[in-house]
Amino acid sequence: MRRFVRVAWLIMRKDLTVEARSRELLFTTLFFAMSIVLVFAFGFVRDGRPVENAAAGILWIAIAFAGTLALGRTFERERYHDVLHALLLAPVDRPAIYVGKLLGILALLATVEAIVVPLIALMFQAPLFRHPVLAVALLALGTTGFAAVGTLFAAMLVRARSRDVLLPVLLYPITIPVIIAGVRGTAALLQPDADLAMARMWIGMLGFFDVVFLTLSLWTFEPVMTE
Amino acid sequence: MSSAGPSAATLDAVAVDFDQLKFSEVSRYFGRRRALARVTFACCAGEVVALLGPNGAGKSTVLGLAATILQPSDGTIRYGGYVAAEAGAPLRSRIGMLAHELQLYPELTARENLEFFAALSGLDETRARAAAALNRAGLGDRADDLVGGFSRGMRQRVALERALLHDPRLLLLDEPFTGLDERSSAALAERLSGLRARDRIILLTTHDFEAAEAIVDRAVVLRGGRIAAMATSGDSLRERYLASLRDEVEGAR
Repeated sequence: MRRFVRVAWLIMRKDLTVEARSRELLFTTLFFAMSIVLVFAFGFVRDGRPVENAAAGILWIAIAFAGTLALGRTFERERYHDVLHALLLAPVDRPAIYVGKLLGILALLATVEAIVVPLIALMFQAPLFRHPVLAVALLALGTTGFAAVGTLFAAMLVRARSRDVLLPVLLYPITIPVIIAGVRGTAALLQPDADLAMARMWIGMLGFFDVVFLTLSLWTFEPVMTE
Repeated sequence: MSSAGPSAATLDAVAVDFDQLKFSEVSRYFGRRRALARVTFACCAGEVVALLGPNGAGKSTVLGLAATILQPSDGTIRYGGYVAAEAGAPLRSRIGMLAHELQLYPELTARENLEFFAALSGLDETRARAAAALNRAGLGDRADDLVGGFSRGMRQRVALERALLHDPRLLLLDEPFTGLDERSSAALAERLSGLRARDRIILLTTHDFEAAEAIVDRAVVLRGGRIAAMATSGDSLRERYLASLRDEVEGAR
């Protein structure tokens, strides 16, 4: 188990080191997410008043679209110079490679969310920080569920020629329950009189989705990566 | 050296080692395209075997199969008493591969690349090992430069050190002389001779017959995914290759 954790940590640290040098994924993802928020702000804020419940939907659209962009690129560095085969030849539990890549993408999306969430709170006058623990739980669990499936699909499609088209086609139908749970839970928190029980129910649902998606991904990663 | 492997359950606790790589009737399909057809050959410890053949003959597929990255569609590959599906990670720890693509991160320095792969292999003192490997490659003074800024030959030397970091029993080299200048080619040939003397199994593909001449013990000539000839005579590597092609043409008449 210690070795599994160490390998996952090594992969994540490597991804973050590469990203810190190139900032390619961070800037692209962040710019895209902020653009979504700004464009929707023009459509859904009239006379300084946002449309009811718009903030929750836009937050999760920004996370899903920006996340898809990031996921599409997460295995590109391994693909370009065939490093993926060197990783697969390494004497490690292959699911640890998956966990490392997932942690790397989660760190990236957390950074994007740290900027996009306050931006949405500002543009849509959304009280996202009124219940910070529940809001963070919703974001963390929702992003984990989305990225868990996305990382597996990105790995599956790394050798496919039309991977950029196939990733969203495969990813969105599977992750729709996660996105719906995220939107409903966030909307419950953003009501004038926050429905905390409803928010907790959706958090529980997201936790359940995460367990299912992570278990299936860890189970299928090795066969998926073996040619 | 083992002739019969232990059960999969005990493999983690056992240092997997082997003295022979044996392909038996191995075929490999990519979709409906046949890349290899019933290939049978063996390489033993202390032997350098060259896979020769034109582009698309199946040489890289043989290396991918031997590296356990690909699975055979048919037939078996044995590493002494082990098969890849049962032995898993402990077996992979005894295999090193230098692929045609050099499998290095260009955004990392040479030292970071080697430290990363050394750590993945579960080695200790990764910094010292990486430094020693870079010195062997003659790149000690470029250790902290990004690999993306290296020439093909320099990257090739770093990639070879990456493949050798964990002192593998089986070394698979896809066109190892590509991009190397004369001095580096001679150094590589000398390095491989040293590994052969230490009972390593070396399987390489090459089109550079002159560079490989001094080290190759045996040549397996592939053509269209089949073994066209096994060349072991004392002639030069180029002559052995050309003779095998002549034999194949005559045999077809």
